[in-house]
Amino acid sequence: MYDSGKVITGIIVFLIIITFPVWYNVARGKANYVPELEYPVDTGRCVADSAYIRAYHMDLLNTWRDQVVREGIRVYRAADGRTFEMSLSNTCMNCHQSKENFCDKCHDYLSVSPYCWDCHIDPKELKR
Amino acid sequence: MLEKALKGTKTYWTLVISIMVIMGVAFLFYLRQYHYGLGVTGLSRDVTWGFYIAQFTFLVGVAASAVMVVLPYYLHNYKAFGKITILGEFLAIASVIMCMTFIFVDMGQPFRILNVFLHPTPHSLMFWDTVALGGYLLLNIIISRVVLDAERKAIAPPGWIKPVIILSIPWAISIHTVTAFLYAGLAARPFWLTAVLAPRFLASAFSSGPALLILLCLLLRKYTRFDPGKEPIQKLALIATYAMAANVFFILMEFFTALYSDIPEHLMHFEYLFLGLDGKTNLVPWMWTSEILALIALVLLINPGTRRREGTLILACVMVFISIWIDKGMGMVVGGFIPNPLGNVTEYMPTFTELMISLGVYAMGLLLVTGLYKIALSVRGEVRA
Amino acid sequence: MKIDRRKFIKFTGLTAIGLAGTPAARAFTGEDSLLVNEAGRQPSVENPLTAKRWAMVINLKKCIAQDGCTKCIDACHTVHNVPDFGNPKDEIKWIWKESFEHAFHEQEHEFINEALKHAPTLVFCNHCDNPPCVRVCPTQATWKREEDGIVMMDWHRCIGCRYCVVACPYGSRSFNWRDPRPFIKELHPDFPTRVRGVVEKCTFCEERLARGLMPACVEACPEKAMVFGDLEDADSEVRELLRNNYTIRRKPSLGTMPEIYYII
Ligand code: SF4
Ligand code: SF4
Ligand code: SF4
Repeated sequence: MYDSGKVITGIIVFLIIITFPVWYNVARGKANYVPELEYPVDTGRCVADSAYIRAYHMDLLNTWRDQVVREGIRVYRAADGRTFEMSLSNTCMNCHQSKENFCDKCHDYLSVSPYCWDCHIDPKELKR
Repeated sequence: MLEKALKGTKTYWTLVISIMVIMGVAFLFYLRQYHYGLGVTGLSRDVTWGFYIAQFTFLVGVAASAVMVVLPYYLHNYKAFGKITILGEFLAIASVIMCMTFIFVDMGQPFRILNVFLHPTPHSLMFWDTVALGGYLLLNIIISRVVLDAERKAIAPPGWIKPVIILSIPWAISIHTVTAFLYAGLAARPFWLTAVLAPRFLASAFSSGPALLILLCLLLRKYTRFDPGKEPIQKLALIATYAMAANVFFILMEFFTALYSDIPEHLMHFEYLFLGLDGKTNLVPWMWTSEILALIALVLLINPGTRRREGTLILACVMVFISIWIDKGMGMVVGGFIPNPLGNVTEYMPTFTELMISLGVYAMGLLLVTGLYKIALSVRGEVRA
Repeated sequence: MKIDRRKFIKFTGLTAIGLAGTPAARAFTGEDSLLVNEAGRQPSVENPLTAKRWAMVINLKKCIAQDGCTKCIDACHTVHNVPDFGNPKDEIKWIWKESFEHAFHEQEHEFINEALKHAPTLVFCNHCDNPPCVRVCPTQATWKREEDGIVMMDWHRCIGCRYCVVACPYGSRSFNWRDPRPFIKELHPDFPTRVRGVVEKCTFCEERLARGLMPACVEACPEKAMVFGDLEDADSEVRELLRNNYTIRRKPSLGTMPEIYYII
């Protein structure tokens, strides 16, 4: 390899720069920050258990979306046999009180920006 | 081999950096479009495709025209094109990339563009156009790379490249045919509903492409040690002549069918373009300019004296290029939308933002051409030191 | 040098394959089983309205008699969150009135009844049986639902290429040139809005049919000038009307087979 000295220095500088936010947060004692979410009062009513929802809610919502829009299937039967209308605005947001303190908080923390709410309307937000 | 584009004289770098500045400014305009939406363009409910799609259509033609040097060189073993074939292929690569960028900037939801491949739809011609363009880009990258590599090492190119090159010939025809089919298969738009659209596209491409190549070769000769020689330039001029004649012939055929059949739905589009409709005449001066330039260029090209003299040849090439650029880059696409299917006349003019973004895409193409030509000439040691 | 590069490409390639494989991998481990909704395949929450081929018959005489009425248009645009930009350049409309000479310009002639010539004629997506918009869409974001003939829109998938707008011979489709939200007078929470960069049009109120409701425009019409029903059912009201009246369709010569019929 030509110029290995320069290349390696370059790589090290690059690594320092891209990991800077991590060091910065450690220095400010914020490395252990976890967002505090506002959960519904009655968690047992969810369409699936929390662990599953935490890991796969996006896949679940994508499947709901495709089934409702493209296949015209609108009812979801949960593992325990209960049925729900497949609807983000009308089913999920029935229990979840606040999009801001639930969806957005966690998404912001993870720096993901799903585009659900670009179109779908949170009925409660509308009232305010 | 790519590193050859990174070593150059001061002039080379000045050129490269000024192009990049233009691209940077254009990118800011694109950001504005991305955040606001395509409403920053002059497009509307009635004229839904405009400058971007028209540039795309025009550049597909330039890309396809590489076949006009590839075919004589590889199929008929026409040696005089040896020096410029690679330039034609590089021009094709740059054009296809510009085409793709124009499509990208025209999308309402550009980051969903992969949906075209996630949900492949064979009954949509846009799907086939994407496949055709992608394939053509790949073919040209492979061919130019392998051939140039062999040339650098002063060995014969490997045998397997020959069938690939042969394949690229019908493929070039196909990209422009499929692009014409995007328009020619729509019951909603009588202006495009004509079987002669694909042949007309090809004819206009095979004259504007070689015309551009002639101009590029002469530019290179002026600023580098590269000398294409007289013969290939004259051959290209001849090709451009025949193709331009065919192009004008096809346009006249369009006129005949529309005027003689006198079907109002068909005729109204021609009326709008050349006379104006409901007092709306935005495109009239453009269209007449295009037709008049086409005729003058044809005279200059057909007359052997003016075709052989370099000064008049350059003039003719510029005219061919401008004429076809107006015809395809403005009239053909926009004319199909006016009047709209309900008979209403809504005009269209690109906005400043739209023009700046387009300028940026062209700048990117120019940058690609500059870099690629630099590589080609460096490999051959023809760059002025 | 060469080997290094090749190794690098292989490495990145494998990483990409690995990433692409994750959803599949999840499905194999069975963790995904909840996503499978086969057991619950139930079309609707309430009693849906169903048909083999939905169609509409519009009694233009009745409609024209109600000069200046926009009840159907208002109803549709309200329940579907259709924005009002107040300028023709950005305009979005699902259903609107076009003068007869434009809506039916093949029917127009020199001595046509002046009143009819300028009569406001209700137009919207024809839900063509052979829809050119569907044929051209590169992503199947618009498609014809085989079970009932509705030409649907998937706003999650549309890439905004506007090829469908170009291919529709009736001008039924609108594009979101900019963010529509600020221009919706009254947000209707049961229905999504759209984002900038997608195409929209009338969907025959498929979301209402699924809940057992008639299309909003039909419901809103005080004159019962719009009748909605199943073409494949010989006893339906639409078939009855088609049997007993002379009806016309827009641009039938194009072979798109519009499913909106007009009594004039
Ligand atoms: S009216 Fe237009 S948008 Fe509606 S189905 Fe027919 S072609 Fe498609
Ligand atoms: S704009 Fe959307 S619906 Fe229309 S053709 Fe393109 S992807 Fe399909
Ligand atoms: S059927 Fe529904 S979507 Fe279509 S125009 Fe009527 S109200 Fe609007």
